[in-house]
Amino acid sequence: MDWTALWLSLRLGAFTVVLLLPVGIFVGRRLAYSDFAAKGLVEALVALPLVLPPTVLGFYLLTVFGATSPIGGMWEALAGKPLVFSFEGLLIASLIVNLPFAILPMQRGFEAIPREVREAAACCGMSPWRVLGRIELPLAWPGVLTASVLSFAHTLGEFGVVLMVGGNIPGETETISIAIYDRVQAFDNAAAAGMSALLLGISVVTITLTFVLSRRIGRRLG
Amino acid sequence: MLAAIGRLLLGMALVAACIPAALAAPTRVPVVAAAASVRFALADVADAFQRETGHGVRLSLGSSGNLARQIREGAPYDLFLSADPRYVEDLLRGGFTRDAGKAYLLGRLALIVPHGSPLAADGSLADLRAALADGRVRRFAIANPEHAPYGQRAEQALRHAGLWDAIRERLVLGENVGQAAQFALSGNAEGGLVGFALARAPALAARASAALVPSAWHAPLSHRAVLLNGADAIARAFFDYLSSPGARALFRRHGFDLPGD
Repeated sequence: MDWTALWLSLRLGAFTVVLLLPVGIFVGRRLAYSDFAAKGLVEALVALPLVLPPTVLGFYLLTVFGATSPIGGMWEALAGKPLVFSFEGLLIASLIVNLPFAILPMQRGFEAIPREVREAAACCGMSPWRVLGRIELPLAWPGVLTASVLSFAHTLGEFGVVLMVGGNIPGETETISIAIYDRVQAFDNAAAAGMSALLLGISVVTITLTFVLSRRIGRRLG
Repeated sequence: MLAAIGRLLLGMALVAACIPAALAAPTRVPVVAAAASVRFALADVADAFQRETGHGVRLSLGSSGNLARQIREGAPYDLFLSADPRYVEDLLRGGFTRDAGKAYLLGRLALIVPHGSPLAADGSLADLRAALADGRVRRFAIANPEHAPYGQRAEQALRHAGLWDAIRERLVLGENVGQAAQFALSGNAEGGLVGFALARAPALAARASAALVPSAWHAPLSHRAVLLNGADAIARAFFDYLSSPGARALFRRHGFDLPGD
């Protein structure tokens, strides 16, 4: 077991979930409740990473954030180190790939709340933030939790983007998925098997949770 | 329920708050970007370096061409160990290195044949020729000649032996020579051309036979070490250590030839 890689992946997953939670709540809620002209376009953009090959995203990240690009140069001037081949670069990539996993389940969760419930809350004079905190989130929590679990697990498994923009640096960009690949090339099948079993276990738990929770979304208010 | 979500968010915020502290390593450990062909030897050399100096280095392994590309894209490596001087020269011209570095190893190409393969471990490639003719070889592994020096040398050797056209269709290409070796041993290929030092590693030697291919059949595999612009004192010490008697003995034991021998 490569503990450095596991810890790195766990950190990457935690950061991804924490940063995407507010994004998912805001965007998911907007998509669930509002109708606006570009809604179809926004929904399509949110879902795009589901079908976009990770290597394609990696290529664009290299192009846009690479050392020779304006953005990459600016980042390097500010942070003192390049964005690609760094933990921060991986995090940006991870945030983008996980947008659909964070937003779509939350959207479903908010959609399941009947309009009358929200209207009643507003009629009682509750402020929008209070409605969100006291009514909507408590009702939409299976969606919120599903989004968190899916984003976290998906981050642990991400490979293509990491391979493209990561550079396989222990403790910095060598995630557990990359470590498995590396261990196989080092003919260290025992370590690869251990880490694979761990990721398999996490995936099984994730998918079980997702199914249980999605049944809850439908049942509690249906 | 709100309390539950609050606790969840609070927990996540706490985790996130602890992360910067965990991220800020007290001293940065230099990263050595090394050709996959030196994987096992370099791991031993890095261990010896750590025992003698107390300083560790991190290894990032890949094909020399890919590593050189990553260096151009800004990868924060301190030292580059290339299996081909050409990549070092390119980086020097681009202003990414301090100088042209030093030649520190000479690699050899070997034919590896997994146990149970119908192919014989014959370095003259005579049996490979026969096997291609009678269909005993369906898959043959080399590293990708586009960016892996051992792949390029394998192509040269196969061309020299007049086997390139016959074998082309049956090649499986590894991203680097380590992956090529793994392909060759996975049982999905009848053999492969990889670095001799990899073939000698215990994990491989236990599962395959190896035979040296004549070095005159390909351009030399002259491994070169070069300090990159960001290199610190530890990286420089490791660069010097590569030519120390202790490191040379380790490289020799792994099957490399050394310049100056």
